[in-house]
Amino acid sequence: MSAALPHAPLSLLSPSSTPVALRLDGVTKRHGAGGDAVVALDTMSFTVKKGEFVCVVGASGCGKSTMLNLVAGLDTPSAGKVTVAGERPALMFQESALFPWLSVEENVAFPLQMQGLSRKARAARVAELLRLVHLEKFAHRRPHELSGGMKQRVALARALAQQAELLLMDEPFAALDAMMRDHLHSELEALWQKTGLTVVFVTHNVREAVRLGDRVLLLSSRPGRLVAEYQVDLDRPRRIESPEVARMARTITDRLLEAARAAA
Amino acid sequence: MPQRELAGDASHARPHLHALPGGEDGGRDKSSDGHVLIDMPERQDAEDPLRAGLRAAVEGPTSTAEREAAGGVKPGRGRALWAAAWPKLAAVALALALWELVVLSGWRPEYVLPGPGAVLARLWTDLLAGDIGVAAAITMKRALLGYAIALVTGVGLGLVLARVKVLRTAAGSLLTGLQTMPSVAWFPLAILLFQLSEAAILAVVVLGAAPSIAIGLLTSTDQVPPLLVRAGKVMGARGLALYRHIIIPAALPGFVAGLKQGWAFAWRSLMAGELLVIIGHAPSIGVRLQFSRELSDAEGLLAWMLVVMALGVLVDGLVFGALERKIREGRGLTAEHA
Repeated sequence: MSAALPHAPLSLLSPSSTPVALRLDGVTKRHGAGGDAVVALDTMSFTVKKGEFVCVVGASGCGKSTMLNLVAGLDTPSAGKVTVAGERPALMFQESALFPWLSVEENVAFPLQMQGLSRKARAARVAELLRLVHLEKFAHRRPHELSGGMKQRVALARALAQQAELLLMDEPFAALDAMMRDHLHSELEALWQKTGLTVVFVTHNVREAVRLGDRVLLLSSRPGRLVAEYQVDLDRPRRIESPEVARMARTITDRLLEAARAAA
Repeated sequence: MPQRELAGDASHARPHLHALPGGEDGGRDKSSDGHVLIDMPERQDAEDPLRAGLRAAVEGPTSTAEREAAGGVKPGRGRALWAAAWPKLAAVALALALWELVVLSGWRPEYVLPGPGAVLARLWTDLLAGDIGVAAAITMKRALLGYAIALVTGVGLGLVLARVKVLRTAAGSLLTGLQTMPSVAWFPLAILLFQLSEAAILAVVVLGAAPSIAIGLLTSTDQVPPLLVRAGKVMGARGLALYRHIIIPAALPGFVAGLKQGWAFAWRSLMAGELLVIIGHAPSIGVRLQFSRELSDAEGLLAWMLVVMALGVLVDGLVFGALERKIREGRGLTAEHA
């Protein structure tokens, strides 16, 4: 997993001049060995441009989590190559995965501490991040004192603290109610626009993908394969209940069902 | 253009999101309501308007609800203390009553089984004479030293076994065997190796406590949620840092349970040791127990047994109980007591 990429990415959809944040080249991942081996990901190739917001959708068993593990460097591919720009990517989970023995502030400071920042430098950065997610008043609380939505915002602040160029999100809002999810979509979109981050957002909610993504990648199940990609050219900010979003989501859902039928 | 719209969205989102925990924001609303409310209770406080006015001047505006809450604090705390204490006191009283009942039944003559009155009186005189203090100091010193050694070896062993899979497979069941082995069974060997010495006692105390501590560490690290480990790794915690910052703190509640069990084993081993390994110039609790038996001093024997029990309860409650409570409260693991 090295830094800068030498040359133009291969993807047909990305213009050859823009820098690339993530590239998968024929990545295959098999779990287990011999006859029992299960192919979780099958020769997957795609490119994500710097600053792009890419959503990945697919039914369960499409290898979304496997793919994120490979990109995050928690696992190695059986074949092919994963190239990530910059440092280790940040990863956010469906559950907040906050450390219950640390305060909100200490949780957000954790990646900075791992990077060896001084206590003073950490405090300033943490205050700034908590302001960014509107939680500055809760700096000294423990995670168990927060609501689900607040926990996810702390987790987001913690992921941002890593100052990675690439933010990976594994169904981060799936456990929240619709209203909270709406709010967090807006906050995430605003943060993304402010910071110029590259986001890879995995979800099984097609509307959410269309609401947020510049591009939607569609994966098939067992084995996980990239079957289609959609450019979302709707103006931002979008509303999840708007007819344009609904129409596009329907197209993608139809394709998803078709892929599921083909797999069955 | 879209940015402006978004900022608007986010500020709309804020009050809704912050209203959720019902914490600080709620509190502030109440105090601003308090400004409206102050006059009313003051006027109702007819029997002493002067004092009420004075209090308002000193304390500043408070709402009726807040004053009621403040007034309720003192008896409330006393009541909570009483609520926690009375079942314990009642249990002790019941046990003493049963004891007295057995004595009164004449099952055994009083010089063999004296009643609680006589034993408690003896406990009091021994306490005043300083015998109990001296003996407890000797015994507790051994307990602490043995436990400290057990802690270091137990944690070291546990960490090594947790890190190295092969060693764990090899030594895991051996460790369980050590833990289940009654520590008294070690004494013949310990006495053979170290003679009747402090070292013999200490060795058995360590052998009694260390396996429990090591096993506690192993099982508690096994139960660390994999998601937290994954999150830690993503944020750059690898190797020792992963242990220091994620695995050990995450395993702490289970580890403390192991420490507590280790203490119980250490204390039992120590009592057995002090009865078997009599060191003349060190009048420990065990020695006093043994002498009481040899002198057929039943009162003294029971008084010393109460000392053993009291010390055990004290350490368990004050040290491990408090530690457990603090950890659980910090993580929101306490059960809601209605």
